[in-house]
Amino acid sequence: MTPELKGEILLGLVKIVVVFGALQLIVMNIVWAERRVSAWMQDRLGPNRVGPQGLLQGVADGLKNMLKEETMPANAEKGLFVLAPALAFIPAMMTQAVIPFASPLPVRFDWTWPLVGRIAYDGAMPMVIADLPVGFLYILALTSLGVYGVVLAGWSSGSKYSLLGGLRSSAQLISYEIAAGMSLIAVMILSGNVSLTAIVAKQQESVWFVFALSISFVVFLVTAFAETNRLPFDMPETESELVAGYHAEYSSMKFLVFLVAEYANLFTASALMATLFFGGWDIPFTTWDQGAPTVLKSLVTLVLFLTKTLSFCFVFIWVRWTLPRFRFDQVMQLGWKFLLPLAIAYVMVIATSVYALDLAGVAFGARYGAILFALNVVILYLVFWLLDRGRLIRGARAGYRPAAVRSSP
Amino acid sequence: MRQYIPLVLLTGFVILNAAAILVGSHLLSPTRPTAVKSTPYESGMPPLGDTRQRFSVKFYLIAMLFIVFDIETVFMIPWAVTFRQLGLFGLIEMLVFIVILLVGYVYAWKRGALEWE
Repeated sequence: MTPELKGEILLGLVKIVVVFGALQLIVMNIVWAERRVSAWMQDRLGPNRVGPQGLLQGVADGLKNMLKEETMPANAEKGLFVLAPALAFIPAMMTQAVIPFASPLPVRFDWTWPLVGRIAYDGAMPMVIADLPVGFLYILALTSLGVYGVVLAGWSSGSKYSLLGGLRSSAQLISYEIAAGMSLIAVMILSGNVSLTAIVAKQQESVWFVFALSISFVVFLVTAFAETNRLPFDMPETESELVAGYHAEYSSMKFLVFLVAEYANLFTASALMATLFFGGWDIPFTTWDQGAPTVLKSLVTLVLFLTKTLSFCFVFIWVRWTLPRFRFDQVMQLGWKFLLPLAIAYVMVIATSVYALDLAGVAFGARYGAILFALNVVILYLVFWLLDRGRLIRGARAGYRPAAVRSSP
Repeated sequence: MRQYIPLVLLTGFVILNAAAILVGSHLLSPTRPTAVKSTPYESGMPPLGDTRQRFSVKFYLIAMLFIVFDIETVFMIPWAVTFRQLGLFGLIEMLVFIVILLVGYVYAWKRGALEWE
């Protein structure tokens, strides 16, 4: 092994430990934030005793759960019951690996250590654990794997609530995965690459994709709620119907592992939205952040990335206390009958307009984005006009009664 | 292949962590199972009947539809990435592909595969 390769591996290890640690810390604080924000929205206090403002609540809960008794139903499938939390946890922790979280950091060292020998690195270190050329496909693959943990947990528990939760989640997660994948095809068309680093670079060149591809963003936002089991799509958990759904039978650390996986998924979904549609670590209206890498730039862009991502996390919490839960059939109808055809049609519209714009010789840049944004506004208006007519999805309208009820006296 | 090295390291690291958390908590926590404690939760009532009953065939149907549409998505990704190089040929090819896909979609919809009653 060359000293450079060793240096790369060393940096890789450092990044893994730092990002993993930071992710645990962030998850802990999102759980705290969820409880505090919920309390704030409901005009109560929330956890405020452990540490300043209750910030150490997560540590206390973790320690408590570590020491609590684990229960296992007598008719559970023992092997899968123990394995399921790990199967949910591992993909949740690994998805983060391809998301760039700051501008490259200049690193330079040249050491000679006993046993490993000379170890060196000189240059800009990309602030991402693994800058994979398949970046986006990796995320699709891992989110699919995440379904296994939930489904196996529901099935192996041997409880009816868990089984129903697991079944519902399998159907819901795979349904919304299609719409999510389809909505991001438009991003691939515009960026011409699946690597997330390249997608961020493309957005710096033109405009943030939230403007150029607004409808993709709307579809992806809705599917993100379903993929992370958040209200209004928390069918796998629905505490008023299924107690706790797929993890009803889990206690102590196994339960906490599910919780951590869930909030890590929430953070990843937020980070993905920030990266794919809001320019990732890009600072708007300036090219300063794209110049030669410095430590300051990395820090500023890291703060900006976290700001964008955590704003989305806040939106997730906010929506939880704003919208009531859908019925399961409504969830499936929304996914299959509205989001999927919308995403497919949108891909074709974007492909046609990109072809037309290229043919007209418009250079890829701010003007290109502005034209696409205008197109999006028109489509968005049409879609809402169509929805208002109540053709595709019948929601609960005032005065609306199903035919069966109307005919009875 | 160099970019994949951190990924292998991460996989190992995360698996080790998951194992450490689960095994650690198992060793630290007390285990005193009783007959009542190990019954599955059913709102405080003694469980009725077998848990693993038959469930709606709808779920299988959704799973099969998922396979079809997910593979379409996977087909579309390489097309999307190279779309700019393909030009008009790519656009028309994909239009044909989508139309064929839509025929299947409309068929599934009309046969009631997307209904939940």
